[in-house]
Amino acid sequence: MEKELRLMKGNEAVAEAAIRAGTDGYFGYPITPQSEILEYLMEANPAKTTGMVVLQAESEVAAINMVYGGAACGKKVMTSSSSPGISLKQEGITYIAGAELPCLIVNVVRGGPGLGTIQPAQSDYFQATKGGGHGDYHLIVLAPASVQEMADFVDLSFELAFKYRNPVMMLSDGAIGQMMEKVWLSPPKERSKTVPEWATTGKPPTRERNIITSLDLDPNGQERFNQKLIDKYNEIREKEVRYEEFQCEDAEYLLVAYGTSARVCQKSVQLARAQGMKIGLLRPITLFPFPSKRLNALADKVKIMFSVEMSAGQMIEDVLLSVNGKVPVYHFGRMGGIVTTPEEVVVFLKSKIIGG
Amino acid sequence: MAEATGIKEIIKPENLVYKRTRIMTDNVLSYCPGCGHGTTHRILAEIIDEEGLQSEAIGISPVGCSVLLYNFLDIDWQEAAHGRAPALATAIKRLMPEKFVFTYQGDGDLAAIGTSETIHACNRGENILIIFINNGIYGMTGGQMAPTTLPGMKTSTSPYGRDVKVMGNPLKMTDIVATLPGTYYVTRQSVHTPANVKKTKKAMRKAVHYQKLNKGTCFIEIVSNCPSNWKMTPVQSIKWMEENMFPFYPLGDLKIPEEQSAQ
Repeated sequence: MEKELRLMKGNEAVAEAAIRAGTDGYFGYPITPQSEILEYLMEANPAKTTGMVVLQAESEVAAINMVYGGAACGKKVMTSSSSPGISLKQEGITYIAGAELPCLIVNVVRGGPGLGTIQPAQSDYFQATKGGGHGDYHLIVLAPASVQEMADFVDLSFELAFKYRNPVMMLSDGAIGQMMEKVWLSPPKERSKTVPEWATTGKPPTRERNIITSLDLDPNGQERFNQKLIDKYNEIREKEVRYEEFQCEDAEYLLVAYGTSARVCQKSVQLARAQGMKIGLLRPITLFPFPSKRLNALADKVKIMFSVEMSAGQMIEDVLLSVNGKVPVYHFGRMGGIVTTPEEVVVFLKSKIIGG
Repeated sequence: MAEATGIKEIIKPENLVYKRTRIMTDNVLSYCPGCGHGTTHRILAEIIDEEGLQSEAIGISPVGCSVLLYNFLDIDWQEAAHGRAPALATAIKRLMPEKFVFTYQGDGDLAAIGTSETIHACNRGENILIIFINNGIYGMTGGQMAPTTLPGMKTSTSPYGRDVKVMGNPLKMTDIVATLPGTYYVTRQSVHTPANVKKTKKAMRKAVHYQKLNKGTCFIEIVSNCPSNWKMTPVQSIKWMEENMFPFYPLGDLKIPEEQSAQ
């Protein structure tokens, strides 16, 4: 079957891609700006076609714990929410990470803290990339910059989640979730019939019982488990870094931006280059693992780096660690649900390059 | 007195009247002497064995004294966050409707932090079995006041007795879930005498059969004791339970399926 071209919102693309990826279960709770995911799935009613379970839970807390239950059965399960709802899910997420379960969590980020705003922001970077809940753990974090990527990353997320037995977060934002673009949808896949050997599906006489837990009362056992996680994260850092470069070949100055900010910065690069400034853009696609090695190498070539993000400056900390003092790094970005304009970025660049 | 040789004469297969249930593992139970958890585990294990459910059963253990339940019964287990077991069970049963899915939760887990998950799972009529052990106290953390703690009852966080004007009233979760259209069978039992053990086992067997009908949630409360945190001997705690817990949490069926009641 060939790919199908549709005009869709990012949120709708995630929902349609989930059905086509052969997802077994989606558990959600309404919150702006991502409610279209649950609405689309309810209307599509995939129970009738693929057998996918779609359930509106009583809370984000319940939804993520439903994901835990389903993931522990070896099923392809997911949830989605937006910032305040993702905060509520953190308890479940740390249990899922601690039990080493695969799943997909979509965060269509809005401005905060607190109830904040329903407009797009990138202020959940720390929460997404540094763990988010209690204990030493990481999610694999993918940052889509288009409706196409919101669709494509569903399949990729499940692939990575099952490969590493690790929860994956798709860190989108209210702009990409709500905007409409054309999107090529992959042909539908059948739901997997393979049962991972660790899954709790009822103990047959042929194997020992499977136990899914994140509890180890023995400190030595817990430390061994923590070390096992570190080893896994290091392997992920080694093998799964994804990023995209835009006009970096001759760049003297480098913008680092993901998601909506990367879309804005692509235009900023064009505007700045028209004014004679040799600007490039590195767009991290994986935020964990972060493209640290590439940024460190680029720090040998460029004079200044700029971390452009719709936050008070969160990703900049990873950029600073990556370049380790080789070049100055500045943060620029709007907050509170305001999307930075390409022109604003150029004005800021000029102020730091030429002096303002 | 029997000679050693006499005992050898007695220990023969034809004289066997009691043995470890196959589903119980060799792991040593982590419960205090006199606690009702062990007895309840045993009943559950017997039912799973007798009903041939080992390959169908997926249990969800709570946070509380029975957090390590997955070590004691030889079936597949998931260990939930505090109070969230009914949410896990919801997804498991919906994704694998042919399985026997149950939660095992204490009163802190089910009636305090997990109130929402419990009520909504029951209200949706999830086809699961919820086993609810109510001993009126937080056991594992050392005897703090639970939502089920009786008025006037002394605990480490109500050292002068539960003052309902300040600390609220005991919550009768079983009565609440019995009012929900999603529940199919709701009963309150105990395991403190052989007769009550038999009744509880009968209730659990009924619940297992009802699960196969997919007509809604089955809910079994077991009013139990906590000698350690009640600061009593096991025998004293049984007496105290009969005199104080049972009047407030009366034993018996709260909701029975219509076809049953019509008989």
